[in-house]
Amino acid sequence: MDNFGLFYQFHFYLFGVIAIVAAVTFVTRKSPVAAAMWLVVVMFCLAAEYVMLDAQFIAAVQVLVYAGAIMVIFIFVIMLLNLGEASDITDVRGIWGKLLAGFVGLVLIAELGLLTRTGIPSGKYVVGRDYLGQQLARYGAVGAVAKPLYQDYALAFELTSVILLVAISGAVILGRKEFTRAR
Amino acid sequence: MPLHPLLQIVDPQAPITGYTTFIIFSIIKLVIVFTVYMVAAALLTLAERKISAWMQGRRGPNRVGGRGGWLQPAADGIKNFMKEETEPGNASQPLFSMAPALSFIPAMIVWSVIPFASPLPTRWGRVDLVVADLPIGFLFILAIASLGVYGVVLAGWASNNKYSFLGGLRSSAQMVSYEVALGMSTIPVILLAGNVTMSQIIRQQSHSMWNVFNLTVAFLIFFVASLAEANRVPFDLPEAESELVAGYHTEYSAMKFSLFFIAEYANIVTASAFMATLFLGGWDIPFTGWDNAAPFTVLKTLLTLGCFLTKTGFFIFVFIWIRWTVPRFRYDQLMSLGWRVMIPVALGYIVLIAATLLVLQAIGIQPGPMHSVILLAENICALLLFFVLIDEGRIISPAYRRAREQRILRLRGRSTLPPATEGVGK
Repeated sequence: MDNFGLFYQFHFYLFGVIAIVAAVTFVTRKSPVAAAMWLVVVMFCLAAEYVMLDAQFIAAVQVLVYAGAIMVIFIFVIMLLNLGEASDITDVRGIWGKLLAGFVGLVLIAELGLLTRTGIPSGKYVVGRDYLGQQLARYGAVGAVAKPLYQDYALAFELTSVILLVAISGAVILGRKEFTRAR
Repeated sequence: MPLHPLLQIVDPQAPITGYTTFIIFSIIKLVIVFTVYMVAAALLTLAERKISAWMQGRRGPNRVGGRGGWLQPAADGIKNFMKEETEPGNASQPLFSMAPALSFIPAMIVWSVIPFASPLPTRWGRVDLVVADLPIGFLFILAIASLGVYGVVLAGWASNNKYSFLGGLRSSAQMVSYEVALGMSTIPVILLAGNVTMSQIIRQQSHSMWNVFNLTVAFLIFFVASLAEANRVPFDLPEAESELVAGYHTEYSAMKFSLFFIAEYANIVTASAFMATLFLGGWDIPFTGWDNAAPFTVLKTLLTLGCFLTKTGFFIFVFIWIRWTVPRFRYDQLMSLGWRVMIPVALGYIVLIAATLLVLQAIGIQPGPMHSVILLAENICALLLFFVLIDEGRIISPAYRRAREQRILRLRGRSTLPPATEGVGK
């Protein structure tokens, strides 16, 4: 990687810049389908960044799940509902809502600035610089993710899946015809 | 950045060292794979017409380029370049132009991780004949293949035409449904190989038995799902001409239209190569370990390349064969097959294979002939169970005699939609 220092850095920042530009475009597009496509671009750039950080598995899952499945469903829903202009469907209405949104955005930016000024925190959950490399060498690209997920944090993982199951069941129940008619 | 040491299979037999050599060889491989791939996709249009003609007792193309019609793809290509491009009114211009490319590019990118022959010895070192042997090879294919739907969906949406639009909608629902089954049918392969790199999957198969015998059920699910992913008959609902004119590409003309067709054939080639790699041992020559042993020679490379092309060609032929044999599904049948048959079966099969592997490990049977025979026996049992007990002739029914009247009624009642409730259609 050292032989490619400049090459590597150039591409890392290139994908970062593309991601930011695409994200801004995503927010400002009027057409929902165009906005969704820009979001796909953002996800791709994030996947590229993950690859450059040696997290190939996360990158593949990012593309597979977000770009390949979730966004397809989003686009499906957008197309099915035939959403019109963004101004018709926005939740933020009126000048006060926009001002509040702008204020929250500013606070977030300020927090980011604050975070970059403070150093990297130390403690139990911070791993060493070459930790990732060691894990990848020992368990492979998938094993490095699978081992903590299914062994160290198996209980938390299973609990999360139960929460997801509850959400899915809720969606099914809400979507049933009888329920809608009864209301 | 495919240059990290982790990305390369470490082999004592002098792998290439140095980035310059690596990049040069990568570029050469890229150019070769791309060229062969494009020519193959073009020739497939001819192959499809020839094979369909053969199956229907016709001659097929026989005017351009001698009696064999060998130049027909070139003639088609020139015609499509010369034609006028039309554009529907109020179409979304950027997406309308982008859609054909989006449907074609993913199928092409996938090829970069499919190994097509045994390593080639050169004076610069041993060249692995795969463009990029990623550590997540196999997931990369699934990830990129899942993007193929964008081309179809956006083409349908951007055309501003209701038929195109319905084609796009159908396509997105279909792809999402069958992708789940496709992904889950590959998990047994990963379980068996213990890794997700393509080279490891091939090595595992060459050491024991091909996965088509080890994991027959997974293979069948994968095959059906990849038919659906490639939008081929009997799953070509997005372009069902009896209902939707031409589906998502109704509004396209000239080279853009042609690009959709190239994409379809590109998808076929990719799916075939993927199946050959996952389930038929990739470039492995059957019944011998000679081709996998260390001293790699040019002869071995050529033979294994031939082997890989034969397997891929076989699947391509099967794809075409099915297209000219089987009629199209109805849409509710398609969804019912995807969600109620393929996904539960794939899930159950994962559990079955995982349990078997654990048991075999516990009683101390190492991967080898015995291991494979047990898996094969289990697969035969699973298939019998599936087709005789669970399926009961719903999907596969014997054609040698007419089914009983009562049975037909029962099956009809099961496959059709539930009776319309009041309130619908008012």
